Amino acid sequence: MTDALPLAKALNAGLRKALTDDAKVLLMGEDIGPLGGVFRVTEGLQAEFGERRVFDTPLAESGIIGTAIGLAMRGYRPVCEIQFDGFIFPGFDQITSQLAKMTARHEGRISMPVVIRVPYGGHIGAVEHHQESPEAYFAHTPGLRVVSPSTPNDAYWMIQEAISSNDPVLFFEPKSRYWNKGPVDFTASASPLHSSRVVRTGTQVTLVGHGAMVNVLMQAAELAQQEGTSVEVIDLRSLSPIDYAPILTSVQKTGRLVVASEAPGSVNISAEIAATITERAFYTLEAPVLRVSSFDAPFPPAKLETVYLPDADRILEAVDRALAY
Amino acid sequence: MGASAPMVQLLSTTGVVQTDDTAAEYQPYIDALTDEELRQFYRDMVITRRFDLEATNLQRQGQLALWPPSHGQEAAQVGSARAARAQDHLFPSYREHAAGMIRGVDVVDIVRLMRGVTNGGWDPAECGNFHLYTLVLGSQALHATGYAMGITLDGETGTGDPETDRAVMAYFGDGATSQGDVSEAFVFAASFTAPQVFFLQNNQWAISVPVRVQSRIPLYQRAAGFGMPGIQVDGNDVLASYAVTRKNLDEARAGQGPRLIEALTYRIGAHTTSDDPTKYRMDAETASWVAKDPIVRYASYLRGRGEGDDFFTATASEAEDFSSDLRRRTLELVVPSTDLIFDHIYSEQHPVMAAQKQWLADYEASLGGTAR
Repeated sequence: MTDALPLAKALNAGLRKALTDDAKVLLMGEDIGPLGGVFRVTEGLQAEFGERRVFDTPLAESGIIGTAIGLAMRGYRPVCEIQFDGFIFPGFDQITSQLAKMTARHEGRISMPVVIRVPYGGHIGAVEHHQESPEAYFAHTPGLRVVSPSTPNDAYWMIQEAISSNDPVLFFEPKSRYWNKGPVDFTASASPLHSSRVVRTGTQVTLVGHGAMVNVLMQAAELAQQEGTSVEVIDLRSLSPIDYAPILTSVQKTGRLVVASEAPGSVNISAEIAATITERAFYTLEAPVLRVSSFDAPFPPAKLETVYLPDADRILEAVDRALAY
Repeated sequence: MGASAPMVQLLSTTGVVQTDDTAAEYQPYIDALTDEELRQFYRDMVITRRFDLEATNLQRQGQLALWPPSHGQEAAQVGSARAARAQDHLFPSYREHAAGMIRGVDVVDIVRLMRGVTNGGWDPAECGNFHLYTLVLGSQALHATGYAMGITLDGETGTGDPETDRAVMAYFGDGATSQGDVSEAFVFAASFTAPQVFFLQNNQWAISVPVRVQSRIPLYQRAAGFGMPGIQVDGNDVLASYAVTRKNLDEARAGQGPRLIEALTYRIGAHTTSDDPTKYRMDAETASWVAKDPIVRYASYLRGRGEGDDFFTATASEAEDFSSDLRRRTLELVVPSTDLIFDHIYSEQHPVMAAQKQWLADYEASLGGTAR
């Protein structure tokens, strides 16, 4: 059974399925009840599942995460919505010092099946704190899992897989893609949660990215094709742990790797991938692993975001540099 | 609860039973206790005072990384912990040694945490629902509130049966009240009518900073702003601490929502063994609180009820044995397996943990033994 759904609707369907399948699943966050969230991802779910399972919280991110930890200790599987990427930091302490370490502190006696949904990234012309890409902070933190879907089908399945996980999962939703439709296969998941995946095959250069960047990479690959360059694109999907096997396989074929993300470049997930591929595939590389990122500056006023965020041309510039070696 | 409600005290600093109206309100909770229960309060306090000293000494002798002494706060901890019912859940900070012992924690497990052989120490499910110590101040208040919200969702509270209805108690100190998490816990608990008691031990000092820097009003009065009752109790009076906690936990479990208890007490010792209180505290202040010692006061009360020397001698001996046993078992603690670095970081299989654990094993093997 396949439908074309916008990514936000696919998430909504995935959340509905999770709520239906497991009575311990709870949704909690700011404005997620009658309003359905500022992006309407939880629209209709409170009406369907009731105020006990889908509830608005006080406006306090640390409170949301901290009480979710207590609910998880009690055997629930809370799914927290953080309204925008830039609003996650009031909850950062509870995520990194408590949630991430709770299972280890208990030496495995308890699990922390908490999902934190975070709409993230730019391209929507919003004001400060509403377009950031903070995923590297969480990928750096042991004890957390970090994923990001790029398509409606992945959104539908990955949210369910994240909720099923007995570990805390930071679930980064590419908000600029919320309204883009794509096929959703309701019968089977395409890939395990923590796997990366080749989404376009090519022979000369490998491009890796996640979330909304995957769409930019696909545009770049199409443009490259028109210029006679064959580009392979890999959707990272999981940022912690990272599934390197498809990347290594691809690089053994292409010998060239460009890693792209919307976040500032320093100490970015792309740096981790560049270092690891250099360590593991040094002799197959024909060029240094190149990174394309935003600048090492805070997200600028939105009228400048198209310059700040990497676009297909910036990707192609890196492709050209890689090919020039 | 009016902002000017008097502090609840059932025993004067010399152990005389108080008879004012406030005391009379709580006296029935004490009347319901058996002689054995009253004696047990004393044993709890004396044993805690003794092993706390032993642990402090062990730290001084290089056996522990750190020890946060509870000297002076025994009555607040024993009274509140003894007031909790078996089905209740307690979320401590890191100084509630007496409460942990009462709920069934083996004290050597607290020592293990402070010695650096574990980051946890015990299984709350096996230790009277006494959850793990939390070293970041105030974080546990939110965990407690979330847990209490879960109890409500499960329908295990507010049925009207105090023998089965559950409640949750979060411990924290005067310093932690300045943390956002504690205020957020107040907000969440009030909004969700959580069956929760916030038990604040105001020991007057957050390391070197006096409570007046944390609050310009008595801390129990903050509760009103969050829409819950706030009660101030003499935290060096074990009977008052017991009665006030018993009453408020039972009100919380009856569906009346959260409440804040401020127990006025004093940290006679240092914040931790790394601290030097002579740099910031006046001897006269400490001496004034030593004069209000919870154990001396309660001993006087028990003697007034007819307890004789035999009981006090036997309790002292019991405390000596307890601390000797703690010392012996502390010295027997071994360094944990390096597996602890990798195991249980995640509940489910994790490729990075597996790979790094294997790497360490291979590395150690390559050295022909241990890398340590």
